[in-house]
Amino acid sequence: MKFSFIKSRDSRSNLLVREISYIAKMDVWKSIKIKRTFRQIRMEKIFRSSLVLVALSILVLVIAFLFTLIVQSMPSIKALGFSFLFGKTWDPVANVYGTYPFLLGTLFTSFLALIISIPFSFSIAIFLGEYYPRGWFSEFLKNSIELIAAVPSVIYGFWGLFVLVPIVRSMELKLGVTPYGIGIFTSSLILAIMIIPYAASLGREMIRMVPSSLKEAAYSLGATRYEVIKTVILPYSKSGLFAGILLSLGRALGETMAVTMVIGNTSIIPKSIFDPGNTMASVIANEFTEAASTLYLSSLIELGLILFLVTVLINLIGKKIIKRFTTD
Amino acid sequence: MPQNIQYRLGKSKAFKGFIIFLSVLCTLPLFLILIYILKEGFTKINWHFLVNLPKPVGETGGGIANALIGSLLIVFYAAIIAIPFGIMGGIYLSENKKSRLSYWCRLSVDVLQGTPSIVVGIVIYFWIVKPLGTFSALSGSIALAIMMLPIVVRSTEETLKLLPSTLKEAGLALGLPYHKVILRIILPCGFSGVLSGIILAVARIAGETAPLLFTAFGNPYFSTNILKPMQSLPLLIFNYATSPYDEWHDLAWGAALILLIWVLLLNIITKITTRRWKIQF
Repeated sequence: MKFSFIKSRDSRSNLLVREISYIAKMDVWKSIKIKRTFRQIRMEKIFRSSLVLVALSILVLVIAFLFTLIVQSMPSIKALGFSFLFGKTWDPVANVYGTYPFLLGTLFTSFLALIISIPFSFSIAIFLGEYYPRGWFSEFLKNSIELIAAVPSVIYGFWGLFVLVPIVRSMELKLGVTPYGIGIFTSSLILAIMIIPYAASLGREMIRMVPSSLKEAAYSLGATRYEVIKTVILPYSKSGLFAGILLSLGRALGETMAVTMVIGNTSIIPKSIFDPGNTMASVIANEFTEAASTLYLSSLIELGLILFLVTVLINLIGKKIIKRFTTD
Repeated sequence: MPQNIQYRLGKSKAFKGFIIFLSVLCTLPLFLILIYILKEGFTKINWHFLVNLPKPVGETGGGIANALIGSLLIVFYAAIIAIPFGIMGGIYLSENKKSRLSYWCRLSVDVLQGTPSIVVGIVIYFWIVKPLGTFSALSGSIALAIMMLPIVVRSTEETLKLLPSTLKEAGLALGLPYHKVILRIILPCGFSGVLSGIILAVARIAGETAPLLFTAFGNPYFSTNILKPMQSLPLLIFNYATSPYDEWHDLAWGAALILLIWVLLLNIITKITTRRWKIQF
């Protein structure tokens, strides 16, 4: 194989010799014989500046993102101001745009999903990080958790619509609430499944980084395994676990398709968690292509702007915490 | 707190059992979904399903050829746009670890990674769809390329960072120009990491629906024109699953199975690539 030399674990000095002989074998050898020409120097400069250009363009892309969202939502910011956030009715026909129902729906679904998923993701993190770091079953578990993250959200929504909704409906019948089936509770369940991998895989890495000397000290004082986990591992890795929760929350807030398919899409303020509702993302997905008037469109974009700012903020805080945790 | 040692050990065991129970329970939904979609989708897929167009409501049969081709094309163009940019960005970040631009660039990659996919759809609607005056596959590809970019940049950067600096120094010592050192030595050595990042990114965008809602839009007919609306698998699943017709549900189940197999296959390929060509120094 071409890169087989990489696999050998030689000492560092030996490696350099191999590197050079490897380079010598490659066809670039021919170009080495040629003296450095102006053409080469020019190419070098072009290459360097194009790298800078690409990095700049990524930065410009994000700034343009924000700029576009702000400019396009300007009409509704000007016309509605703060009544946009706290207005209780959303009625495009009457030209009334209050997003309170969607804010409420988004917060309900995301936090309910978070509450459902946390015990599961933490137990996976402890299972893979502390109890069984390796072995065929842990490999299997790890891979299936990664697959949960890989399944497209539209498939979760589809499955939820045809399997979860009837189950929830029969449950609601037993509880004596209106049996919609669809609604905030159902979408929270789907979301909970979808966000488990984010907190779990991060939590696993964080728990693995707990120094073994700390754990051994606790064991030598006579602590049981449970006590070690409770008094050493969890406190030590708590900021990392918190970052995992934040990343899950960011994912839950921005998730669109699965929620849109099972939440019911009504713009009325939900009275209980079994009521149908709407989230910010799902209302955009449903109404964006139908929005005829400028104000309607720009208020949908303002929703997108809020969603963008909130999720980005949560993600950045989460990443910052991870960075601090790993560099300490 | 005088506690019996037997009690404490029992508590420890009970906790372990609880953890194992919850962890195993977690995999249950995944397998329920996989089995259900396999069961529903498997009976729908045959040759006609793959080569025909969807029939109107009321007629049985029909296929999803337009969505299959459309999905492949949209993802292909997205990859063509995102891969060069992503790799170049990754190279810049790994070569300039501490410059001010790389700090801001890294931040913007993080921002892009956290951006909800529906917001990408909105922005691309205003950038491409509105000026061109029509929904188009091209705008869908660009939206997906933006979703793909952060993953490719990050994986390239992380891989190239792992390579020892002696590799680069050896190349430079032999008098190779900088761009050849990067393109012919550094990049081939980190090939597996870069490739697995690309495949992972493709797997991620293959199932994305939200950015396509306002860009590629969907199309019930066969189309390969990138300036016209185009159907794709996730869009077809969304539209047909939320429709009230059983024939369309059948099509959506088949499409869901194909999409699922495609995405899972790409993930498995990523796994194999990283294992096969693992960089060990």
